[in-house]
Amino acid sequence: MTDAALPHAAAETAAPVRRDFGLKRRHAAEARFRFYGIAAITIGLAFLAILLISIFSKGYTAFVQTSITVPVEFSAQIIDKDDKRATDPKVLVSANYPVIARNALAKALGVDPADKKAMKEISNFVSDGSRSLLRDIVASDPSVIGTTRNVTLLAAADIDSANKGQIDLNVPEAKRKVSDQQLAWLNQLKAAGQVSTPFNWGLLTFGASSRPETAGLGVALVGSLYMMAIVLLCALPIGVAASIYLEEFAKKNRFTDFIEVNINNLAAVPSIVYGLLGLAVFINFFGMPRSAPLVGGFVLTLMTLPTIIIATRAALRSVPPSIRSAALGIGASKMQMVFDHVLPLATPGILTGTIIGLARALGETAPLLLIGMVAFVADRPATPLDPATALPVQIYMWANEAERAFVERTSGAIIVLLVFLALMNLAAILLRRRFERRW
Amino acid sequence: MKIALFASAAVIALASGMGAAAARDQVQVAGSSTVLPYAKIVAESFGEAFPDFKTPVVESGGSGAGIKQFCEGVGEDKIDIANSSRPIKAEELDTCKANGVADVEEVKIGYDGIVFATDIAGPDFAIQPADIYKALAAQVVVDGKLVDNPYNKWSEVNPAFPEWDIAAYIPGEKHGTREVFETKLLEAGCDKPALTAAGIADADLFKTCVAVRKDGKAVDIDGDYTETLARIDSNKTGMGVFGLAFYENNADKLKVATVGGIAPSTETIADGTYPVSRPLFFYVKKAHIGVIPGLKEYVDFFISDDMIGPDSPLAEYGLVAAPDAEREAIRAKFAAGTAM
Repeated sequence: MTDAALPHAAAETAAPVRRDFGLKRRHAAEARFRFYGIAAITIGLAFLAILLISIFSKGYTAFVQTSITVPVEFSAQIIDKDDKRATDPKVLVSANYPVIARNALAKALGVDPADKKAMKEISNFVSDGSRSLLRDIVASDPSVIGTTRNVTLLAAADIDSANKGQIDLNVPEAKRKVSDQQLAWLNQLKAAGQVSTPFNWGLLTFGASSRPETAGLGVALVGSLYMMAIVLLCALPIGVAASIYLEEFAKKNRFTDFIEVNINNLAAVPSIVYGLLGLAVFINFFGMPRSAPLVGGFVLTLMTLPTIIIATRAALRSVPPSIRSAALGIGASKMQMVFDHVLPLATPGILTGTIIGLARALGETAPLLLIGMVAFVADRPATPLDPATALPVQIYMWANEAERAFVERTSGAIIVLLVFLALMNLAAILLRRRFERRW
Repeated sequence: MKIALFASAAVIALASGMGAAAARDQVQVAGSSTVLPYAKIVAESFGEAFPDFKTPVVESGGSGAGIKQFCEGVGEDKIDIANSSRPIKAEELDTCKANGVADVEEVKIGYDGIVFATDIAGPDFAIQPADIYKALAAQVVVDGKLVDNPYNKWSEVNPAFPEWDIAAYIPGEKHGTREVFETKLLEAGCDKPALTAAGIADADLFKTCVAVRKDGKAVDIDGDYTETLARIDSNKTGMGVFGLAFYENNADKLKVATVGGIAPSTETIADGTYPVSRPLFFYVKKAHIGVIPGLKEYVDFFISDDMIGPDSPLAEYGLVAAPDAEREAIRAKFAAGTAM
């Protein structure tokens, strides 16, 4: 009996083999697909890591700045030789402050002021920006004239680079920007504890400058801020109004279809086209000032509008029709239905779309080129009508500079821009979480 | 919500009421990226030395684009100064005049040298214009016939050169530098009698001389010198074309070649022995002088010896100062208000 049962059992165990629907193959396909997916993500992450590592490793040094603290003698002999400042305050403005800084440093280093060559190297040791630094000290407190006090001067860019170890000292002296003498002075000052590397607030506050050590993102940050405010104030109401009308009120006919196609097209138009439009309309036709964040804001508004309209329409469409029917059913007017019921439910989607549009606008340079915002602007703008630049523009301008010290500042500026973008995207996520409702 | 709506309405109203722009109170400059670093230094120093005036705004974008903007017309919404690394062309001046920019003042600020450089570890190059022509021209004469450039290595061009594959990074066609490169090197190194013998008509001589090979051995760089430097960083046997100022700022990375036996320096360029140099200019709209606050003062400040003299910050950055008499002439010309 047992013998007879065996073939039967064999047939039973063989049965699943006959019912094979290619399970093994399908599982293999799934495993392969998962592998491809993971590989794709890994490649993406690897490139992101390379980007971030290269930017941060080059850029973190831009956030500190070598500074030298020396006792500075505000010699009345140099600032105001003829003692005229009571009658002619202009002498305090045009006084030869760089000489004061140079003499102070020469004294600290024990260099003979008669040694012309050494004095020249010393004046290349501190930033030319000490002119305005010392001038501001004297302007705010003229009683300082004739006294000596400790002042922290910025080191010149090449000295700063040398202090940060960015200059290759194996290169012959004649071929590098820092002489052996200057390096010896730097070490002498370091030993005396007069060299410090504080946080480089100037990177965030100074305007553009041809000297790396006094170059900062101040003008660019203000310009970007103005433009973002203008984009928000113009694009959001116009975009939302257009979307509500198209989605809730307009009849569906060929004309509205035509508009929809156009809006989708505009969202994909290269941004430089908006720059050309801005130049022709805002500057040449309306006569608005060149290089002004107001014009930049309008151009970026035009660029952002299609994105906001598309996002808002999608958000409105995702509100269930039952909400509309219920509102209409209890006697609400169409307007009440839209503003009291549909719009609040669509808010998270609208906000997300707007912030993503703003983030894209924040990173734009091409349209700004044509309206004159890719420029050297040293004065911080007081109003949106004054010349200004933008964050990505400043990055571009610094990337083209010849001086070595601008390399780290370029990466530093990219870090600042990335922080802003990350904050905006974080805000988008938080707002969506806060307002999101599920059915 | 109400406040936001009100603010939006205010901005849009401001936009529509902007017909008459507020009076501009700072000088606006645009143009050459070669002149840009100098103009930036002057603008910054001007802002510091003249606290009554705002710091001029200097846009970049290239000589051609700057002159085009400059020639768009007269008025507060048009720029005051165009920087240029080449003299304005006759047709550009015609456009200017057609658009109402009748009086254009030309101001020369000094000279700029154009240098060839390789990686710092490379051998010494002693270039003659003929070598550059032979290495980079699209077609050269071999055995009396015009053929596509057959040379692949520098050593084939001149036995004194290393056995490097030819890879030259030259300024793109939108650069003012390209014109100097063409006339001072390619045309100068071109063997015109041989071309004529090979059957090229006189009218086509210049075009044939300055046509650059398109087989990838000569690469047009449309960006700035930083891009050229990056190319040489990644290809240690490449040769790049730089401005003297840029080279001097990166002398620890680059080795400069002599041209015609002369090493480029401010001295050899100033006395004219180094062959590849060119004057730098800016153009001023005469109609804006006295209207835009600070414009006259800015130009006066720019051409003072404090800025373009031999010991000035511009010279330190790499500008080759014009000789004393020429600088005096530049100042006299601007003071007299001579228009083109």
